[in-house]
Amino acid sequence: MAEIQSYTMNFGPQHPAAHGVLRLVLEIEGETIQKADPHVGLLHRATEKLAETKPFNQSIGYMDRLDYVSMMCNEHAYVMAIEKLLGVQVPVRAQYIRVMFDEITRILNHLMWLGAHGLDIGAMTMFLYCFREREDLMDTYEAVSGTRMHATYYRPGGVYRDLPDSMPKYQESKFRSAKELDRMNSIREGSVLDFIDAFCDRFPGCVDEYETLLTDNRIWKQRTVNIGVVSPERAMQLGFSGPMLRGSGVEWDLRKKQPYDVYDKVDFDIPVGVNGDCYDRYLVRVEEMRQSNRIVKQCVAWLRDNPGPVIADDHKVTPPTRVEMKDDMESLIHHFKLFTEGYCVPQGEAYAAVEHPKGEFGIYIVSDGANKPYRVKIRAPGFAHLSAMSEMVEGHMLADVVAVIGTQDIVFGEVDR
Amino acid sequence: MSERYETLAAQIFERFGEQMRRVPSNCGELTYELDKDDLRKISTALRNEADFGFEMLMDVCGVDYLNYGSDEWLTSDATATGFSRGVEREPVILDEADEFDPERFAVVYHLLSLQHNLRLRLRVFTGTSNPPIVNSVVDIWNGANWFEREVFDLFGVLFEGHPDLRRILTDYGFVGHPFRKDFPISGNVEVHYDEAEGRVVYKPVSIEPRTLVPRVIRDDNRYSADLKDANDG
Repeated sequence: MAEIQSYTMNFGPQHPAAHGVLRLVLEIEGETIQKADPHVGLLHRATEKLAETKPFNQSIGYMDRLDYVSMMCNEHAYVMAIEKLLGVQVPVRAQYIRVMFDEITRILNHLMWLGAHGLDIGAMTMFLYCFREREDLMDTYEAVSGTRMHATYYRPGGVYRDLPDSMPKYQESKFRSAKELDRMNSIREGSVLDFIDAFCDRFPGCVDEYETLLTDNRIWKQRTVNIGVVSPERAMQLGFSGPMLRGSGVEWDLRKKQPYDVYDKVDFDIPVGVNGDCYDRYLVRVEEMRQSNRIVKQCVAWLRDNPGPVIADDHKVTPPTRVEMKDDMESLIHHFKLFTEGYCVPQGEAYAAVEHPKGEFGIYIVSDGANKPYRVKIRAPGFAHLSAMSEMVEGHMLADVVAVIGTQDIVFGEVDR
Repeated sequence: MSERYETLAAQIFERFGEQMRRVPSNCGELTYELDKDDLRKISTALRNEADFGFEMLMDVCGVDYLNYGSDEWLTSDATATGFSRGVEREPVILDEADEFDPERFAVVYHLLSLQHNLRLRLRVFTGTSNPPIVNSVVDIWNGANWFEREVFDLFGVLFEGHPDLRRILTDYGFVGHPFRKDFPISGNVEVHYDEAEGRVVYKPVSIEPRTLVPRVIRDDNRYSADLKDANDG
């Protein structure tokens, strides 16, 4: 019998299961992976260098484009780092709004992950189900910020504006009947909070649907159980965070351990895996969606009862209202200075980390007292996870590479930055 | 600064003394500077000793302190020619210099201790050598592998003992280290498709860097040290 030689195979960068532009150089013997060498950087945009050339506030929009499926969480880390340096106090209502949208974002991210991961390893229906719910959450993004994805909604000192009283509605068109239009708009009659509340009520049922399809599914288990096992010691050694770390059984969540904003005032649980394989990480993420839903519900209830300011009243950092500008000279000057020069941040350095849907997303800012950051470093969770790719796929079959890419929840916007 | 961090600072002082020099912080974070020769010894101790237990390295970050504290635009009198032309660009110090300023390049490590729930920042200056070089910590924290490759790629800092120091984020065949402060934001080369040659070719960039908002540093007495302390206390 002829001796089988190991050979090298190129995977990506344009491959539907590569979740973007991942190029993997795989050393294979037969169909077994011996070594994987991920080549990243195909989406490198030098976000950090660009941020050095702009006033602080102009880079908030860039943060959305890092991990482009969990936009507001990225912004959160960035504005928190600036707030730390400035020492600005954020109004409580703004903190609740941020926590609510962080959790909406977590659901958005996990839905995207579940749909894509399912599609990769053979569960086509998941993709359609997940995008159905994502659509509703995107509408809440649109309601508060005007855009469905790249919101640029958070600001140092709070959020850009308060929650609006109405939801955007579907317009009449020749592609949908009046009856259909009424049905779509009927849940959009009330305020944003009504809409989110209604979503929270029906979402646990949706998660039950997903679980009915996957959790006990024989094919799903065959593709994920015992695939990409990471021990807790290795997970810590490799710098894992978020569901990747919790899937391995390490109970670590920044929302609990180092709470920021009002995470210490809301009630939720941290799901932890046991075996550290793809299946456990799937269970962890699904449970996280349920817990996020719980947090959103609590935030909605609080926000209904407690009106108030949503941005700090420090006009060296946050713009004054239009009304104030009409008859107050100083407000006019503040506005002009803020939108031309920006604000100067005192000299120093700060690292702010949030529990991003994918793990610990950190922003390290070095300021030398100027109106632009001297250095911004983005600590992307996916970067650390992807660096362990070789270790995770070693000895697995070629088809399992796809399962491991999926379970790492890789998004190239943040890996390549 | 919370009590737990003060305890940690006391423990660090007791264990390492002058080897780790504390940097003052306005926002309650612990930062230490250390000599690059001590890096591996101290890192091993911080990871393994029960008092510290920093089992995770969250981030490795390069910093180029070339223009630190310099602004582009003096605002004492107004420019008649617009912001962009009013910007005075500092003369560029070329990377070919034999020696660097000893405080030009730094590598910053962010450590996290899960058991004690503490964070710590270490800063190591690379010294005068060109290319800058520090010891790798990959065998202490395996997760440092790609982070060090990134610092090498973007800043040209070499890591002695790194198993696989290749470029990671920039293109195949890229020349230069783009995050150094003397590397222009527009880059050095651009590509276009050459009809005659039938392929994509490189040529020097044709765009001029333009500054829309100049970099200014203003004294703001709200942030002066005594006031800041008064607010915290």
